[in-house]
Amino acid sequence: MEIPKSFLGYKRENGRAGTRNHVIILPVDDISNACAEAVANNIKGTIALPHSYGRLQFGADLELHFRTMIGTAKNPNVAAAIIIGIEPKWTKRIVDEVAKTGKPVEGFSIEGAGDIETIMKASKKAQEFSIWASEKQREECPISDLWISVKCGESDTTSGLASNPTVGNLMDKLEPLGVHLCFGETSELTGAETVCEKRGKTPEAQEKFKKTWNDYNDFILKEATDDLSESQPTAGNIAGGLTTIEEKAFGNFQKIGSRQFIDVLTPAEEPEKGPGLYFMDTSSAAAECVTLQAAGGFNIHLFPTGQGNIIGNPIEPVIKLTANPLTAVNMSEHIDCDVSKILSREMNLSEAGDELIKTTLRVANGRLTCAEALGHKEFVMTKLYRSA
Amino acid sequence: MATDIIIHDEKDNVGVVVIEKINPKQDCSCWVMENDKTVSIQSADEIPLGHKIAMTDLNEGDTIIKYGHDIGKVVKSIKKGEHVHVHNVKTKKW
Repeated sequence: MEIPKSFLGYKRENGRAGTRNHVIILPVDDISNACAEAVANNIKGTIALPHSYGRLQFGADLELHFRTMIGTAKNPNVAAAIIIGIEPKWTKRIVDEVAKTGKPVEGFSIEGAGDIETIMKASKKAQEFSIWASEKQREECPISDLWISVKCGESDTTSGLASNPTVGNLMDKLEPLGVHLCFGETSELTGAETVCEKRGKTPEAQEKFKKTWNDYNDFILKEATDDLSESQPTAGNIAGGLTTIEEKAFGNFQKIGSRQFIDVLTPAEEPEKGPGLYFMDTSSAAAECVTLQAAGGFNIHLFPTGQGNIIGNPIEPVIKLTANPLTAVNMSEHIDCDVSKILSREMNLSEAGDELIKTTLRVANGRLTCAEALGHKEFVMTKLYRSA
Repeated sequence: MATDIIIHDEKDNVGVVVIEKINPKQDCSCWVMENDKTVSIQSADEIPLGHKIAMTDLNEGDTIIKYGHDIGKVVKSIKKGEHVHVHNVKTKKW
């Protein structure tokens, strides 16, 4: 198949391109959720991103909170952003960083004004942003404007056999065209960590990966009350035939095809070494991982599933594929791309990769994903440790 | 011939059932992805889609090889054709 060289996206002020055109109402902290949701309820064409944290965090955990907030609003799938926090200082810190992209952004703080006055002021600005964004048109963008993140979930053995290798095939075909790619899931590489480390393109990338995985493993050994046998693999994984974390890891690892990663990113960090594959240090919990990848600037997500994970994200469209013929039928409303014919050898891996490229481009051009149509918008902050 | 079981790598000592289930004493056709060869095996157990079958006899302490790599250890001996899962295999991590 000849791969199309472009897609229809929204060109942004900073040179990036979006596959979506969201106006977001972003609360800085948990107690500002009500206000943000009221604004989004008032003004059509906006979406609130409520979450559970943002108070009394400190150190690396607070830095991650800010990186996630700022990265989410900077993502090119966001046309404009309203930031609402209890206090002015943290709100302004986010607004100032997002403003560097050149997109419309305005902050509101609730303290001293109360919810109702804040909702009124923020709603007026949100209406202005929503109407402004509604005039944006999709334009032809080079395929290299796609930043594709990947993560699998509710995996079973069909994931490692077929749906993950299909994503790997897509990576092998699209990386030479200059796209950015990102995989994560530090915990789910356990068992395959030394094989994964060798995929680092440079000794620095390999060393960084090794340190990241070791830090994670030390944390598990320190905190785990027994082991992760109840969590990794999950009950869903085991029902699907996966027996050990090692088996899950080698299946997971098929998603990067034969690519090498050029750098290792901290959670929610934006890549800065140009096109190519990046590893991001993330949890393997689906919503946390995709939230971090979206905050890193990725604008479209591929999610292979075996037993049928249902996750979506408010700003980054999540495309599901499965090779499990039962899931493809029983959970069809969640599956954007069915590659189950690989198992019956009616479809080869390259054909499956082509199908996934076609689906990815249709979604990049605006086709709703199953998760978007179903209203899935899981926005989940990663927290490193308890607050002060 | 239709494929009942897929084996990733020639070195693997387990295969994965890719039809809805296989029944005890069923003669199964296995496709080895790495070298595109076909081998056959008779199952000993009922094994559902996605679950593993032992391609050889395995003793306690043996290593399970899948994708050509170590994915865990045998904790209860397994006969060729039997179901391989959490009841007879455990991780070597943790």
